Amino acid sequence: MATILTQTDEFAVDTISGLQVTAADALKATGWALKPEGMCLGDLCVPMPSVGGRIDLAAFWQKLGNPVVSEGDVWSLGVGAEARRDGLAGLDAPDFELQDLAGQTHRLSSLRGKKVFLSSWASW
Amino acid sequence: MDLPVWQSLFDSLADANFMVVAVAMDSRGAEAARPWIEAAAPTYWSLIDPEHRVASLYGMVNVPQAVWIDERGKIVRPPESAGSTDHFRGMDQVTKTLAPDDAKARLAARTAYMDAVRAWVRTDAHALPGDAARAALPALTADMAMAHAHFRLGVWLQRHDRVAEAARHLAEASQLHPESWNMWRQTADLEQVGKSGGPEFWARVRALGDKSYYPPPNLPGFAAD
Repeated sequence: MATILTQTDEFAVDTISGLQVTAADALKATGWALKPEGMCLGDLCVPMPSVGGRIDLAAFWQKLGNPVVSEGDVWSLGVGAEARRDGLAGLDAPDFELQDLAGQTHRLSSLRGKKVFLSSWASW
Repeated sequence: MDLPVWQSLFDSLADANFMVVAVAMDSRGAEAARPWIEAAAPTYWSLIDPEHRVASLYGMVNVPQAVWIDERGKIVRPPESAGSTDHFRGMDQVTKTLAPDDAKARLAARTAYMDAVRAWVRTDAHALPGDAARAALPALTADMAMAHAHFRLGVWLQRHDRVAEAARHLAEASQLHPESWNMWRQTADLEQVGKSGGPEFWARVRALGDKSYYPPPNLPGFAAD
């Protein structure tokens, strides 16, 4: 077993060694699906070898230009600089969901139609 | 503290189509932020971000920083210092006070910044045209992206009491992204509450030399950096 950390979630996945995961787990954690032509997200496919229906998800994630770091059985799948830059280049405010103190979830994009002052602070 | 200042801002714009979204970058979680939020009792959105997700998405490196987003969801001012200034660097380390002139200048800058936000909400003043906004976006690098991946892992390990492993990844994050005060200070805080503003913090601030801790925004009332 291994734990995959994405930007917003964590997933327990079954592995043989490293991050050799099933196509089902790869899909669950990343949204990319294993097809005959490779790993696909919508119409976009990236050639990727699979062995016995398993994919080296760390290798795949790096092939996409994203950072991967791990500690033992925990894997952090990051977002590459190019993807981040592309996300900002159109000036669309990247969307996110976070909770307030009461545990209620708020989504930035639900404020469309208002001006938003998005500010950061910390207790430290 | 910024939360009450933002409440005044929000109150003064109660009739406008406007929201403040204050994000607490607190890897210790809601309980670390709770006392400040309860004291300020904000009526705007006050959210908790243990993984510093918003900092990663927008390229924020310090607190307080702010992004201005218009009605269409477009960034019209990328992350910049949200009214804080470097006057704190002249603080008397024994009495923890500022010289009267510095205290006055600091307050004036904060007021000027909040006035600028108000002018934007009322009249669209200070909203950057697309090209200027793009030019002001942070220059994100592969090292920064790697740093955020280490930081995410470090915070997770810390939360699961794998403290030694967490410390390694958090240190790696700061090394890869030294401009991120958020990463360094959060890491110090996770190590020991209070350390984020302790002697090591001040040594890092002194090491900035002529560089700003809070680069002034390009707005009226702020000297160019």
